[in-house]
Amino acid sequence: MKSGSHLSIWFFTGLCLGVNGALIFATGIYETFHPPVNKVVLYDLHANVWWGGVLLILGVFFSLRFSPARERSRMAGKTDPHTS
Amino acid sequence: MNPALLMFSGSTLVHLSPVDLVIIVFYFALVLGIGLYLKGQANTGEDFFMAGREMTAWVAGLAFLSANLGSLELMGWAGNSYKYGILAAHWYWIGAIPSMLFLALVMMPFYYVCKTHSVPGYLKLRFGEGAQTISSISFAFMTVLMSGINMYAMAVVMKVVLGWNMHFSIWVSAGTVAVYVALGGLRSAIFNEVLQFFLIWAGALLIPILGLIEAGGWHGLQAKILQNLTALNVPNPGSYTHLWSTLGNFNNNPMGINWAGIVFGLGAVIAMGYWTTDFLVVQRVLAAKDLRSAELAPIIGAAFKMCVPFIVILPGLLGLALLRDPQGHLLRLVPANIAWSPAGQAQGLHGYDEVLPLMLARYCGPGLLGLGITALIAGFMSGMAGNVSAFTTVWTYDIYGTLIDKNATDEFKVKMGRWITVIGVVVSIGTAYIAAGAPSIMDYVQALFSFFIAPLFGTVLLGMLWKRATPAGGWTGLLAGTLSSVGMYTWVKLDPTAVRYVALSMDAQDQAQNMFRALWCCSICVIVTVVVSLLTRPKPDSELKDVVYGLTPIPKVEHVSIFHSPVFWGTVVAVAFVILQIIFW
Repeated sequence: MKSGSHLSIWFFTGLCLGVNGALIFATGIYETFHPPVNKVVLYDLHANVWWGGVLLILGVFFSLRFSPARERSRMAGKTDPHTS
Repeated sequence: MNPALLMFSGSTLVHLSPVDLVIIVFYFALVLGIGLYLKGQANTGEDFFMAGREMTAWVAGLAFLSANLGSLELMGWAGNSYKYGILAAHWYWIGAIPSMLFLALVMMPFYYVCKTHSVPGYLKLRFGEGAQTISSISFAFMTVLMSGINMYAMAVVMKVVLGWNMHFSIWVSAGTVAVYVALGGLRSAIFNEVLQFFLIWAGALLIPILGLIEAGGWHGLQAKILQNLTALNVPNPGSYTHLWSTLGNFNNNPMGINWAGIVFGLGAVIAMGYWTTDFLVVQRVLAAKDLRSAELAPIIGAAFKMCVPFIVILPGLLGLALLRDPQGHLLRLVPANIAWSPAGQAQGLHGYDEVLPLMLARYCGPGLLGLGITALIAGFMSGMAGNVSAFTTVWTYDIYGTLIDKNATDEFKVKMGRWITVIGVVVSIGTAYIAAGAPSIMDYVQALFSFFIAPLFGTVLLGMLWKRATPAGGWTGLLAGTLSSVGMYTWVKLDPTAVRYVALSMDAQDQAQNMFRALWCCSICVIVTVVVSLLTRPKPDSELKDVVYGLTPIPKVEHVSIFHSPVFWGTVVAVAFVILQIIFW
């Protein structure tokens, strides 16, 4: 799934999880200090804070691990005759 | 027109906040961006239709699973678990795991070695153009129907949760799928399927976690279901949380089925047929970069498939235990045709298939709600894109390339693939309106499987394992199996008492009828194939090389450690499967 200069699917996955996680986490923090009028069931567990946090961490990990720059250097290392 | 297709004017479950809308819009932008990015990598037929055959085992395995894990799957099976209880989990366990392992370890080498572009393409190599034509036309018909059902499921979510107009949802989502598949082909579909896999887990996993906390764990859930169903005078209330112990008799469980229907109809025919011969899922594995990856991919898919009931079946059971109306009374969901009738709408009734959105609205506030809705949208997109990309391949190679123009160039096929993608989406939109007339989405889908997939499994299996099977036997068996399935379905529709012959019991519900119909039509296919083959001249061995067991040299998988061995991981998955059956017996 990764060849030459192609972006990895895992990079897109990390981007998606990271952006969504950041948005949900930030919303959860905001709601903690400004509770909504109509609360969902089990609101007190603040699921959006910890679930958003988990997604954000996963997203950052995938994005960095499979970032285009890192992929480029990995592919360059693979094709370098001195290192193969 | 079905009332469901009229503009929904009643109250909605939730209202999206700006952050929810941002999450949804970001998803649409991302998938379209991926399609545009991949356009430059889909220039040849091998790239466009087979994703260059360069997928790793993980990517192929997740795409293999995700192609089946659409919003149809999520909503339909959550609805079925509300309707039938934990029996619905059979479709994830015995109705998937053994057949996925069988595909990986027994059938995959044949598909991979003969380098076919499609399952009908394999039938052409094995049985000639007769079987290929029947299979490709029925498959093309089925995929556009399935694509439409996915579209319809999506529109239901939008209607129920957000109050969006169903026509708007269908056309906007269909347009997006058409653009990204037409641009990037199978590679684009696979990219989005992997993305969707993560989105579905991210968006849906909270429901069972929070639901179990609210219900007091699994035992609390069981007690609440028993209490609620007893209060509603539902027969056999205890059977809703037991997987096997109520299958001794047809009338001891809510599905009206016995163990033979589950084991032989579902496990041995429907599941084997779907997971080993439905090109929609097999196409993902054929895109693997080598044989070991192609064998590992279905095993990886099977491992995750075993976990899917946690986010699909459990929410349905939680709905039985926890859902209440605004007055605090127990909420009882009803068949969709009742819920969406004018009277049902006036009373504020909800259909079975709405249980997942109802649970989503129960626990998810701003942000999480947007993610949950995005997961359902992604599931829809993926389910539809999977069907459309498979349809495009079968049309281009097995219908156009075989029946209309055998000398079409590779460049022309890619161009045709892009146009057929758009046309397939447009036809699917029409079928979405047909799906709206079915009382329960999954019952409708299972009926389609029993028409086309069950007999196909008989034909492919005999073709791979019995070299005496002849071309005449292959296509006549396939035709007889398909016609007999449609015939039995029509018979029961015209005379409902015929169900006692077709499904062996008057208590048999739609799902049970589908299981037994599949069993009979596959048996008819096998018998006709065997009899006709014995009466006709077989192909010489030289023409069966690479397509039949015993005449196909299977490439040796390079020496790998046990932790990279498909057989080892297949065994691990099989043991986990058995343990789950015992736990939920």
